Amino acid sequence: MLRYVIRRILISIPIVILATFLCFALVTAMGDPLGDWKTQRPRLPAAVAAEEAIVGYDQPFFTRYGHWAVNFVEGNWNRNVVPGDNNQPVKPQIMSALGVTAKLVLFAELIAIAIGMLTGVVSAVRQYSMFDYSITGVAFVLFSMPLFCIAIILKSVAPPLNNWLQSIGFGRWITTAGPPTSGYTGGFWHVIYQFTGVYVLPVICLFAISFALYSRFQRGSMLDVLNSDYVRTAQAKGLSQSRVIFRHAFRNALIPVVTVAALNIGAVFSGAIITETVFNWQGMGTLIVNAVEQIEPWMVLAWLVVTAIFIILFNLIADILYAYLDPRIRLD
Amino acid sequence: MTNPTLEVAAEASATSVQELSASTFDATQARRQSIVILRRFLRHRLAMISLFVFVALFLFAFIGGALWKYSYSFEDTTGGGRYLAPTINHPFGTDALAADSMAQVLRGTQFSILIALVVAFLSTSIGVVLGALAGFFRGWADSLISRFIDLVLVIPAIVLVGVLSRNSFGSSATNGGGGGNWYIIALFLGLTGWTGVARVIRGMTLSLREKEFVEAARALGGGVGRLVFRHILPNTLDVIIVNATIAVSQAVLAEAALSFIGLGVHPPNTSLGLLISLNKLEISLHPWLFWFPFVFIILISLTANFIGDGLRDAFDPRQKRVRA
Repeated sequence: MLRYVIRRILISIPIVILATFLCFALVTAMGDPLGDWKTQRPRLPAAVAAEEAIVGYDQPFFTRYGHWAVNFVEGNWNRNVVPGDNNQPVKPQIMSALGVTAKLVLFAELIAIAIGMLTGVVSAVRQYSMFDYSITGVAFVLFSMPLFCIAIILKSVAPPLNNWLQSIGFGRWITTAGPPTSGYTGGFWHVIYQFTGVYVLPVICLFAISFALYSRFQRGSMLDVLNSDYVRTAQAKGLSQSRVIFRHAFRNALIPVVTVAALNIGAVFSGAIITETVFNWQGMGTLIVNAVEQIEPWMVLAWLVVTAIFIILFNLIADILYAYLDPRIRLD
Repeated sequence: MTNPTLEVAAEASATSVQELSASTFDATQARRQSIVILRRFLRHRLAMISLFVFVALFLFAFIGGALWKYSYSFEDTTGGGRYLAPTINHPFGTDALAADSMAQVLRGTQFSILIALVVAFLSTSIGVVLGALAGFFRGWADSLISRFIDLVLVIPAIVLVGVLSRNSFGSSATNGGGGGNWYIIALFLGLTGWTGVARVIRGMTLSLREKEFVEAARALGGGVGRLVFRHILPNTLDVIIVNATIAVSQAVLAEAALSFIGLGVHPPNTSLGLLISLNKLEISLHPWLFWFPFVFIILISLTANFIGDGLRDAFDPRQKRVRA
């Protein structure tokens, strides 16, 4: 097992390096960060040269890559460079956005995995029942529904729901403007109240995209297991149905779903971008959309590299988990 | 005293014998497989309804859009024509500029369908060719293509396309962000969306290339092109067609998401995603501006999904694969 883990980690390292190179090339392909600034009005050649030196685009490609890579590893992620964009350092912005997004994604994914597994198992055990058909129907609709539409509809429900909650003396619970910048105030229960009010709608929204996938996957893998020989043996021995399902079938049916959940992180990130855009959260989504619009090269680059490292890390976790849960994989 | 389970079992075996004799009878007629598949598909009720709806949408968008009395650019400047609720005159209502909403939605549907078809075609062709090459040649070609797929997947798809298409598009001051022409968005979505198909085709090619009929063709002197395109790929045709159909559904959603966050299609082009993005704040006060494009997106994507499912069942009725 240890050998497998070490080998798998060693394979990831060149992928990370290649990924940073790919990201760097992508950012260069975005175009000139000074394009807008240059065309706004005529600029003096000296001013243009000075701005270009700040951006760093006066250097050749590979020099810039090497320079950036060294700085990045050392923790200097450069600053915003587009004139009039406040020239702020990139790293604190990414870190604070990452915190916001990570929390959102974590809550939504945990709920999606739990409920997805539950409904998947029940659909498989009661195959072709009303429950199975309705979950299949819901999954199909969710697969075909643009996420931002779910988000917009959820957001539009908030004001009437708040009015109703207020009328029954619960206060205006739901907030659609992101987590409070100054932190939560008041006692423990009040903090819980604010916290859930902030998170409930975006979490439902992100939950929706993952839930359908996990539920369908769990159903499929559970059906495979339920039709296998060792489950028939367990039933033939006379074990109770619940014991067969939970002891023999469910544990093995978990394996593919665990890895799918880890591999799904890229799609979840895309989902988070859209959710944050609708709900005005200052997370990774808002950050990248603005940075691409402005052509902020170092911001986009840092964003891409951080995301890529996360996704590679989750792929690694998926592989190791799979090997741990299913020893046959390790032989390779 | 009769045992009910036994009776049921006896009945079941009787029907299966009947079915067996019926199928052997059919087989003697030596029907072509494509006709069998087509007939199976025609009998798939949900898929047929979906196909009908999809074709109807297509005709409605392209022919209806051309015949409709209002042009998408028509704005009722006489005043009082803004935010009209749906009536006979304006079935989908009008928007903030007093433009007819139905003309907008039909035009958006045209663009969305066009983009989706281009993306599905591009991503499927690239994926099939690269997947087949990787599976057929194995070795370094396989490593190269597989590692490249791994690499593409480390960047979230919508950001990848947003960044790639940013340069094709002018300044943020005049256009308010990235994105641009519909064909550029379609091109980049197609160029990045082929990884899933490629993986599937690679796996199938890996196993098919060891089959006896491929060996026989090779013994007869068949070259690489002949082996791959005449002997291996036709055996993956079912998977290719089903994947292409599902790709249409995914492309509609991907393009809509991209346009929604402002990194996709931009005026003067349009799409259903862009229409919703422009009208996202109207959902409470002027709901028709949101709900009509919304329904059209869902219809395109849902019907494409159902058609793909029906095709899958028609190609292989025994293997009812679970959608994942």
